[in-house]
Amino acid sequence: MIRVELVKLARRPRNWVSLALLCGLPVLVAVFVAVTHLAPPPGQGPVLLSDVLSSGSLYPAAALAIVLPVFLPIAVAVIGGDSIAGEAGSGMLRYLLARPVGRARLLTAKLVAVVVYVLTAVVLVALTAYVAGTLLFGSQPVAATPGGVTASSLAATSLSGSGLTPGELLLRILGAVAFISVSMLGVGAIALFLSTVTDSSLGAALGALAALITSQVLVTLNSASAISPYLPTRYWLAWLDFFRDPILWRNIDRGLAVQGVYVVVFLAAAWAHFATKDIAS
Amino acid sequence: MIVTRSLTKRFGSFLAVDQVSLDVREGDRYGFLGPNGSGKTTVIRMLLGLIYATSGQIEILGRPMPASGPEVLAQVGSLVEGPSAYRHLSGRANLALIDAAGPAGGRRTRQARIGEALERVGLAGIDNRAVAKYSLGMRQRLGLAAALLRAPRLLILDEPANGLDPRGIREMRDLMTALNEAGTTVFLSSHQLSEVEQLCTRVGIVDRGRLILQDDLAALQAPTGRIVVRSTDPGGVAAALDGQVQHRDGDLLIIAAPDAAALNARLVSAGFPVDELRPERRSLEDLVLSLTSAGADRVDRPAAGGSQTGTGTGTKARTATGAEEKDGGSR
Repeated sequence: MIRVELVKLARRPRNWVSLALLCGLPVLVAVFVAVTHLAPPPGQGPVLLSDVLSSGSLYPAAALAIVLPVFLPIAVAVIGGDSIAGEAGSGMLRYLLARPVGRARLLTAKLVAVVVYVLTAVVLVALTAYVAGTLLFGSQPVAATPGGVTASSLAATSLSGSGLTPGELLLRILGAVAFISVSMLGVGAIALFLSTVTDSSLGAALGALAALITSQVLVTLNSASAISPYLPTRYWLAWLDFFRDPILWRNIDRGLAVQGVYVVVFLAAAWAHFATKDIAS
Repeated sequence: MIVTRSLTKRFGSFLAVDQVSLDVREGDRYGFLGPNGSGKTTVIRMLLGLIYATSGQIEILGRPMPASGPEVLAQVGSLVEGPSAYRHLSGRANLALIDAAGPAGGRRTRQARIGEALERVGLAGIDNRAVAKYSLGMRQRLGLAAALLRAPRLLILDEPANGLDPRGIREMRDLMTALNEAGTTVFLSSHQLSEVEQLCTRVGIVDRGRLILQDDLAALQAPTGRIVVRSTDPGGVAAALDGQVQHRDGDLLIIAAPDAAALNARLVSAGFPVDELRPERRSLEDLVLSLTSAGADRVDRPAAGGSQTGTGTGTKARTATGAEEKDGGSR
């Protein structure tokens, strides 16, 4: 069944369009920045963008920061929300279950498909951004500092900065990719749960996005600070700590723990609901 | 093949299926009849483990359902509330996905299975266009092909003739008969009574969630003990058979007589012209209309002044039972 779901994922033109858009946006930004040499000043605009002018090997991180707030969650919510509700909507759910495909097996296969999509999306964005970044900005060595990462040509004079070998940089980018993938898995789990509740894949995707937007609003609200450590988006940007020296593990660990709880809770809810549901679609 | 005991399904306060005890025997061609919204589709969904029964038991192929779903359903082909497909893929790709989703099967023999199923439903020469571009009849045939993929021992088909033209319906009937003769038990629901009359060996009739009749078709259609006579001299015949004539309509007479051959000999020897003479049989349509109420898709205005019309088995209500809509009132 997992193979079947992966084939379905790959043969859906819509999924390739969404991947192309995800990869295209950072490339577009890179082209504009490279042509105009007008990077936003540090602290403004997309994170890390101000540093990429001096070294393109940082661009994968900048690209992930560009797609993370909006595009990536939307794409994941659409895929996750479509997983069960889409089958119900097309009328295929009853035929799959009567084939028979066990309900738990179907749900697992859908989850695997969501995971594969998330990983593909994040890795592809990082790869295309690396290619675009090194082509457009060159690949000077990079240094990490407690405050973040800079091109080492600037950091050479900095006492605290330490140079990063390309291997170290790759490891850190892989760490960021893994962290973002886990964060997106949290989104996918919420969407997957909603997808078992409704027969409308649009409803499930929008529901998941509504949950994220609510979380984003509450994170910025001081009076909601009591619950903010438990909100799904609270630690979304913690992967930036991979580019500090030394790496600040505290928020990364917390982020992974929060996402882990969301994934477990919502997958359990999805399974409990789907296994006992009357399929009337 | 299919045995249910007091099968009941309640959706909130609505009793969709009420104490239905089906008995479908191996080798049957079973017609499952009833007005729209009478619970046919809900029963079929319960048989397939899609909807869980509120109470009662189901046994298919001698195994309890839905507990034995994985083993049982692998030997069952089904068509429920119209065919479905991934619209952006071709018919063959759809069948390949459905086939791969099921247990066992084997990848090497997949194309052969798909080819055979397409051949059976008359889509052998299908090209690679997407299902979105198929006609309704082609989709129905593709749905049937999906049901036939694993050479099932039992076919559970909801309205299999939907969307087919008269020739397609005939082909479908021939296919069902051929499969049945090769050992497949066929359980189908239908509104098309003439279709069921020609195809099925056994019928069950549901009305408002209750199974009100289940019997062999031949027994239901046994002669009524009356004989239909058509003559160009109906007056003369009526006079000669005074007392035995129960109904006269133009040149058509309905006569109470035990033996058609004896009546024929008597009329001919008396010199009456006999254009037609046959034992009267109940048609399935008469039977169904006399037993069932209006479909749930008919919503009459509440009767003024408290008199009860439009409910029960009144003639006004009967007209709705032949309606063509899908069984949308199942939920």
